This record gives sequence, structure tokens and C-alpha cells, in this order.
Amino acid sequence: MYIVSIEEKIKNLYEKNPQANIIVDKIHRYAEKLSGKGYNNIKIMNFCGTHEWTITHYGLRSLMPDNVELIAGPGCPVCITPGYYVDLLIKLSMENYTVLSYGDSYKLPGTKLRGVRSLFDAKIRGWDTRIVYSFLDAIKTAHKNPDRKHVFFAVGFETTMPTTALPLYQGIVPKNLLILSAYRLTPPIMKYLLDEKPEARLDGIIAPGHVSAVIGSNAWSFLPRDYSIPTVVAGFEPIDVLLAILYILKMIYEQKPMLVNEYTRVVKPEGNTIAKKIMYSVYSVVDSYWRGIGVVKSSGAIHSEKYREYDLFHNLGFEDKPVDDKLPGCKCPEVTLGLAKPTDCPLFMKRCTPNNPYGPCMVSVEGTCRIWAENLPVKL
Amino acid sequence: MCLGIPAEIIDIREENGVKIAKVKMGGVTKDVLIALEDVKPGDYVIVHAGVAIEKINEQEMKELDQLLKEAGII
Repeated sequence: MYIVSIEEKIKNLYEKNPQANIIVDKIHRYAEKLSGKGYNNIKIMNFCGTHEWTITHYGLRSLMPDNVELIAGPGCPVCITPGYYVDLLIKLSMENYTVLSYGDSYKLPGTKLRGVRSLFDAKIRGWDTRIVYSFLDAIKTAHKNPDRKHVFFAVGFETTMPTTALPLYQGIVPKNLLILSAYRLTPPIMKYLLDEKPEARLDGIIAPGHVSAVIGSNAWSFLPRDYSIPTVVAGFEPIDVLLAILYILKMIYEQKPMLVNEYTRVVKPEGNTIAKKIMYSVYSVVDSYWRGIGVVKSSGAIHSEKYREYDLFHNLGFEDKPVDDKLPGCKCPEVTLGLAKPTDCPLFMKRCTPNNPYGPCMVSVEGTCRIWAENLPVKL
Repeated sequence: MCLGIPAEIIDIREENGVKIAKVKMGGVTKDVLIALEDVKPGDYVIVHAGVAIEKINEQEMKELDQLLKEAGII
């Protein structure tokens, strides 16, 4: 594995973004002023896995003042998808269903510790599990094989919900394609984190950019209003993330927590109203289980009455229930909630590596452990 | 999963009543569904897992100075 040094990453950042040093300079000035006011450990959580990638890849943490800490949050849907769903799909593949999954969830382990743990493992044993780029490709596959039964593993946050909602709404999904909705909603987990895990003690939140493109930046207004936390919806370039950090420090300094939309080139306050209308006519919001974390109120989505014939649970008579799926020794749930770093986990880069992931946070390209494993200048 | 990729719309066609856009992202062209109204060839969109989820508003591509000024930082 080729890993560049922090120095090279910073050089790369400044070469690509000549204005970055202006912002970094201002971040340091605000941090110093805040330090004078007694702020010695300012914690800023980035919700989204892609933000964590930008921060880690470009070495932004090394540019931060001593009193500013950047923490990764729950922004990896694969990491919190119940292991029980994977077990179920493996079982179906062995009953001659074709299981179609995004590449990101293909190696996601179920609840088992050995044997066939993932859809990838099932493939090796000869069962028909496949990677598709999109739900549109899943539709094409099911059309081409009308005599075979197919299931699609619909993992994702609000960003991903239109991918199945739109074709269902348009009526172009063949009857031999069922959907396992593993969709989870992001504002409820942020609320859960703030209500149930006060030890996270967050001073600022960088809200997800592409989730907000769908649900709208206004979906996050509860953070400054109810929790007095400065919040910035940000894009994914290093400059976007640095600007978000600067805005948050400024709001903390002025003691004026607000919602700022830095990503106006894509995100509107109301979001994508067409996509939202379709999503919420195809899906109904329910309480749902998050892997290793627990049941979170109004955080999941099941197919509404009209589309229930496509719902895997409804159609095959399985119950969508919480099943203990915490893997022994794995700190993924704590990492997901910003309560631990990947390097706090004894399995990180030992028993658990990108090539042979043990826990879910090492599987997805948005998993914090995977991002750290592939971008940190650690000796392997 | 929320990895959205900026793409240019090359062409929009209708198949069985469903609008499908051919988009160019990097060197790759791909057919995607559109969760948007009022898009036309030449527009830039964010594509996520095969669906164009939002249009990129070029007028909102502000210069850094303007952003900092609006935020009251300079």
C-alpha cells in the first residue's frame, strides 16, 4: 500500500488550493482568541464519511490549532446497516435468489464470526451475489432473467433513497426484483447522539452536503436552535471543509450559533422537493435499528402500502427486528458515534484491514477505519 | 454511499415514459435517472448511485473573497 507523508499531502493541498493558507491562518487566529476565553478543546464533528475522507486525505487535522479537534461522525450507512440483513441475504442467495448489492456493502460482515460472513464470501462459495453500480442496473439484470428471483440490498441515507423510490414511483421495477430497505435517516441519529451520548460534547457540526442536497439545509436548523451548536452544511473540497471550520469557530467566538449553508452551489434550503415528495410517498418512516448502536426513533424507511409487494420483509414473511450484531472487540459503534478513534481499537490494522475487514467501519470507503487505514502515514 | 459525483448532461431521452440522461463524469459516460425538473444537455448535476439528485448552480460558485466577506470574516 502506498501512503504519502503528511508533508506531501499539505504541499498537495496548498498547490491545488492557493487560498487554503489564508483560511488556515484565520482558523488559527480565532482558535487563539477562543483559547484566551478558556476553550481548550473545541470538538467539531463532521457527519459525512466523504468529509472525513477529505480531512484525512489532505491532512487537514495536522493544520488545526492544538485546541481544535476534528471528529468523524455517523456518516457511513454501510457501517450501521444491521448484520442481520446480511445474514438474511446470504441465506436467500443459498435458496437460489440473485442478490444484487452496491460494491460498498459487498464485503459487509453479517453477525457470524466465521464461515460465510458476507455476500462476497457467498460468491466465493458459488452463490449468485453480484455488485451493481445502480438500482437501474439491478432492474436491467432482473429484466434479462425473468425466471429468476432477485433481491436488491438498498443501503444508504437520504441521498440514496431516490435511487429506488424513483423507479418504484415510475412503475418500472419488474416483479421478480424485491428490495431490502436498509435506508436510515440522518437528522434522527444526530439527535440521538446529542440526547443519549452527552459525553461526545460537540462544539460544532459539519452537516452532510449530499444528504442535504436531497433533504435541504433547513433539516439541520434544529442543531443551532435546540442544542445551540453552530452548524455548517459544507461541500467536499478541502477548501469547503476549511471554510466550514472557520465559520464554526467564528460562531463559537461570537456566541451566535447558527445554520450556515456553505455548499450553496448544490444545496437549497428546502432541498430537492421533487425527490422528497417521491421518497416519502414510496417510503414510510419507522423506528429502526442501527448496527451496534440500538433502535433510533423515526430513523428508518419501509415501503409504504402501495409498494409493499416489492418489500423483501413483507413479501417473504421475515421480521425486520434488532439482532445483536456487535462483533467482539470491534469498536465500530464507538467510532461511528465519535466516541473513539480507529487507532483506539486493538484490532485496527491487525486483525482488521481493508483487504480483510473484520468490522463494518473497515468495509466501506466511507468507514472511518477504512479511511484512516488508507490515508494515514502509518507503517504497515 | 453519499459520494456524489459532478457530471455533465450530454443527452436526455425517454424510454417507456421514463426520462434517462446520458452523463459524462470524468472520462466515463453513464445512463442515469433524473430526480429533477428543468434540466437540459450542458447542465452540470450531482450524480449519486445512478440518479441525478441535484443541479449544480454555477452562479453560486462564489469566489473565496466573496464568501469570507459574506461571513463577515474579512
